[in-house]
Amino acid sequence: MFNRRHVLRAGFGGAAALGAAGLLPAWARTASDGNLGLPTLTGTTFNLDVGEFPVRIGGKAGRAVGVNGTLPAPLLRFREGEEITLNVTNRLKSDTSIHWHGLLVPFHMDGVPGVSFPGIAPGETFRYKFAVPQSGTYWYHSHSGLQEQQGHYGPLVIDPAGTDPVDYDREYVLVLSDWSFESPYRIFDKLKASAETYNFNQRTLGDFFADAGKDGFDAALADRAMWGGMRMSPRDLADVTGATYTYLINGHSTRDNWNGIFRPGERVRLRIINASAMTIFNFRLPGLPMTVVASDGLNVQPVETDEFQIGVAETYDVIVQPDAEKAYAVVAESIDRSGQAVATLGPRPGMRAEAPAMRPVPTLTMKDMAMDHGSHGMSEMEPAAGADADMSQSSHQMGHDAHAGHDMAGMHHEMGHDMSGMSDRGTMDAAVSHDHPGGPGVANMAMMPVSRLDEPGLGLDNVDHRVLTYADLRALERNPDRRPPDREIELHLTSNMHRYMWSFDGVKFSEVTDSIHLKEGERVRFKLVNDTMMPHPIHLHGMFFDLENGGGDHLPRKHTVIVKPGEKLAWIVSAEHVGDWAFHCHLLYHMHAGMMRVVSILPQGAADQTPHEGHHDMSMDAPMSGEAGSDMPHHDNHGGHH
Amino acid sequence: MKQAVTLRALALAMGALSLIPAALAEEDEKPWSMADEVWGEAAMNASRKAVVDNHGGTPTSYFQAERFELQAFDDEDVLLLDGNAWFGNDENKLWLKTELEYLPDEGEFEEAEVQALWSHAISPYFDFQAGLRQDFEPEGRTHLVAGFQGLAPYLFETDTAAFLSDDGDLTARAEVEYELLLSQRLILQPRAELGFSAQDIPELETGSGVTSLDAGLRLRYEIKREFAPYIGVEWQKRFGDTADYIEAAGGASEGTAFVIGLRAWY
Repeated sequence: MFNRRHVLRAGFGGAAALGAAGLLPAWARTASDGNLGLPTLTGTTFNLDVGEFPVRIGGKAGRAVGVNGTLPAPLLRFREGEEITLNVTNRLKSDTSIHWHGLLVPFHMDGVPGVSFPGIAPGETFRYKFAVPQSGTYWYHSHSGLQEQQGHYGPLVIDPAGTDPVDYDREYVLVLSDWSFESPYRIFDKLKASAETYNFNQRTLGDFFADAGKDGFDAALADRAMWGGMRMSPRDLADVTGATYTYLINGHSTRDNWNGIFRPGERVRLRIINASAMTIFNFRLPGLPMTVVASDGLNVQPVETDEFQIGVAETYDVIVQPDAEKAYAVVAESIDRSGQAVATLGPRPGMRAEAPAMRPVPTLTMKDMAMDHGSHGMSEMEPAAGADADMSQSSHQMGHDAHAGHDMAGMHHEMGHDMSGMSDRGTMDAAVSHDHPGGPGVANMAMMPVSRLDEPGLGLDNVDHRVLTYADLRALERNPDRRPPDREIELHLTSNMHRYMWSFDGVKFSEVTDSIHLKEGERVRFKLVNDTMMPHPIHLHGMFFDLENGGGDHLPRKHTVIVKPGEKLAWIVSAEHVGDWAFHCHLLYHMHAGMMRVVSILPQGAADQTPHEGHHDMSMDAPMSGEAGSDMPHHDNHGGHH
Repeated sequence: MKQAVTLRALALAMGALSLIPAALAEEDEKPWSMADEVWGEAAMNASRKAVVDNHGGTPTSYFQAERFELQAFDDEDVLLLDGNAWFGNDENKLWLKTELEYLPDEGEFEEAEVQALWSHAISPYFDFQAGLRQDFEPEGRTHLVAGFQGLAPYLFETDTAAFLSDDGDLTARAEVEYELLLSQRLILQPRAELGFSAQDIPELETGSGVTSLDAGLRLRYEIKREFAPYIGVEWQKRFGDTADYIEAAGGASEGTAFVIGLRAWY
C-alpha cells in the first residue's frame, strides 16, 4: 500500500493519485473506489470556485453551496512561508467570502465581509495573496450569511518549512461537520419562533417518575420547580440537533462510511477539524488511545487520551497506532447525543467498523448555571452545595430538597446584595461584575463562575476512560511572548435562550457602535465569563491567544476555545497584527443572532478615538476585582407585568 | 370609524418610532474602518452596514394556528381558529391575533375578531403589547388593547390584555397554558381563559365582573414540531349576570365539548 504522506509530499493531489475515482466529488466515491481521503490541491496558486451543486448524503439528494463542487471543499496544502495566491470566483447569486481560519494573514485578506474586505460579489473573482509564518492543520470557510451550514468549508494543511517534530507514517484529514436538508435561514427562523424546535431530549413525565422513584417525590418535584422557576431546561445542550442534522466525517454520514486504511503498527496522524455550523463533538476511536500532538494547528507536548470534546472551529492532531488487523470506529458524537458520525479506520478498504451505541443524554447541573458554589459563605446557596460537582451525567443525584429549589428560583433578588457584600469582604475569587446592560437579551447572569479548564466537557465527566481537558495542553515550544498583560478586558457571554438572543455583554453585534480597541504592542488579558447555559467556542481572528491554563511559559496557543457554561476563563493576546479582526462565537446561529464583536488593533501612534456613548463592550478601565455587584444592572426576571 | 383610523395611524407611528434609534446610529461614526484604506470607503460602507445588520438585527416571521379545531358540544358544533402571526426583530414586532368561531350548522360566524398589536420586549420573558382589536361578530366594534404576553416562572405561558371599546366599555382577558411532556412528542396541554367586564353590556349578553371561564385539556402529537394534531375536551362556563343574560335568551351558561384539531406553525 502506498504511503499517502509521501504522495502528498511529492506534490501530487490525493485525488489525482486515485485515478478516475478522483474525478468524482468526495461524496460520490465509495471506499471500494479507493476513496481514502479528500480531493487535494497543492502548490502556491489555487483557483477556487464557489457555487451551488448537488450532493447525496445518507442516500438522499440535496443541494450544497461550496467550493469546487465538493463537500467538504478540497484540501488545500502548501508550505510554511510560501507566498500563496488564491483566486476565488463567486458563481452564486449572492455575495460570498472565504475566511482562512487560524491563518496569520494581513487583516485585509482575512475574508470577513464588512470587517476586512467588502466581500466577493456574484461573478467576481477575488484574489487573496499572502504568506503565513506558521504550519499545521487549519481550515477555511465562508463568512457570508449562513453559507457555512450549506457546505462552504474545507481543510487546509500547511507543511512546516523545516522538520516536522511529529513523526508519522501516514496521515488523514478528518473534517467533522453537520448537514441539514433544511435551509439554514429556515433553521434560524424556526429557532426564533421556538428555541426548542430541534430538542427532542427534554425531560418527560416518565423521567420525573423515574427520578421520583430514585430520589423521592419531593426531591424530583423540587428539581423540576427549580428549573421551571428559572424558565430553563437542563437538557438545553444543543440548539440544532440530530433532529435535522446528518453528521458527517469528510462529507460521509455513518451510512456512507468514510474509510481510512492503515498497516498494523503504523503511526497514523489524524488531523481533526470541526467544521460544523453548530455541533460540538465528542471524538474517539473506541479501543485506540490517541496521542494529541497539536491543537488549533500549533504543536503541543504529546499527551495521551482516549477521547476529547472538540468545539466548532477547533482542530486537533493526534497520533494513533493501531496494532490489530481489525476495523476501528472513528466516532464523532454530538454533544447532546442526538446523533453521531461513524467512519472506519481499517487494514483494508471497504470495511465497516461497528458503531458504538449512543451514550445517555447528559443533564445540566447547578454548576452549569454558575451557582454550584457553597463555599463562599453565601448562606442562601448552602443547600445547593449539596448538589455537588459530579452530577453532570445524571439528574438523579440532585439530592437537594424542596427548600433548595425555592432558594434557587428566588435567587435573582438576592444576588445583588450578596455580591456587593462579598466585594467588601474581598472574597472575589468567583464573583464577577456584570457591568453591562441587561434587558430582554440577558436571561441570566453567572453569579459564581469558576474555572473549568480541568474538566473534560459537558457529558464526559463520568466516562470510564481518559478524556482530554484544556488543562492538559502545553505548547511544545516556549511561548514567544511571556510578558505579563498590561491590562484586562472582561467580556460576558450573554443570552436569552427563550428568545434565541445571543450577545457579548448583552449587546448584539447589530447594536454595537464601536470595536474593542487594542494598541499595537500591548499585551492584553481577555477574561470571558459565560453567563449562559451553553458551551460557546469563541474565536478570535488573526492571532493566537495564550490560554491561561496553569502551563507556565508553555501555555497552549489557540484561535478558538470552548467556554463552558458557568465558566470564567482567561487568555492573553499580544496585539501584533494591526487591523480589524472579527471576534465571535463560532456556533453559526449564535453569531448570526449577534454574538460577535470586532477587535481593532490600532497602529502605534494612532490616536485612539474616544468611545462613543452607548459603548458597552469594553470594561477595560474597570478593575477586575473589588467592584462586583455595585453596578448590577436592572434585571427584571419577573417580566414586570402587573 | 374615524377614531379607529386615527388609532391605526397611532399604532403604525409607534412601530416607526422604534426604528429611529437604528437610523440615528447610521449617522454615527464608523465603528471600525481600517479596511476602508485598502478597499475604499464606499465598498466598505455597504458591507459594514450589512454585516452589522445581519448579526442580530434580522427580522423573522411566524404564523401559527394555535387552535384550529372542531368543538362538538351537545347541541351544536363550533369551528374555532385561534391564530397568531408576527413579523419583526427581537425587540419590536407587529403581532396579529385572531379568533374566529364559526357555526357550521347555521353557516355563520358567532365571533370574529382580529387584533393588530405592537409587541415590545420589556424583559427576558415578557412583551408589552398595545394596539387595536376589531370585532366583526357578534357586532362591529373597535377596541384599544394593552397587555402583557410571556412566559411566567414555572413555564406557564400567559397572555393578559385589557380592551377599551369605542363605546367606552372596559373588558379584559387572561389566558394561561402549560405543557406537560408525556414523551418528546406527546404533549398534554391544560389551558384556561378567564374573561372580565367592568360593566354590564346587555347587547353583548355580558354582565359585570368575572364573565367566563374556558378550560381545556388538549393532547397533541408533534409529528413535526410545526405540525401537531390533537384531541381534547373544552369546558365553558358563563358567570353572574352574563349567565343570566344567556339563560334568559334561551342559551346554556355551561357546556362541555369534545375537541379535535390541529396546532400548526410556520
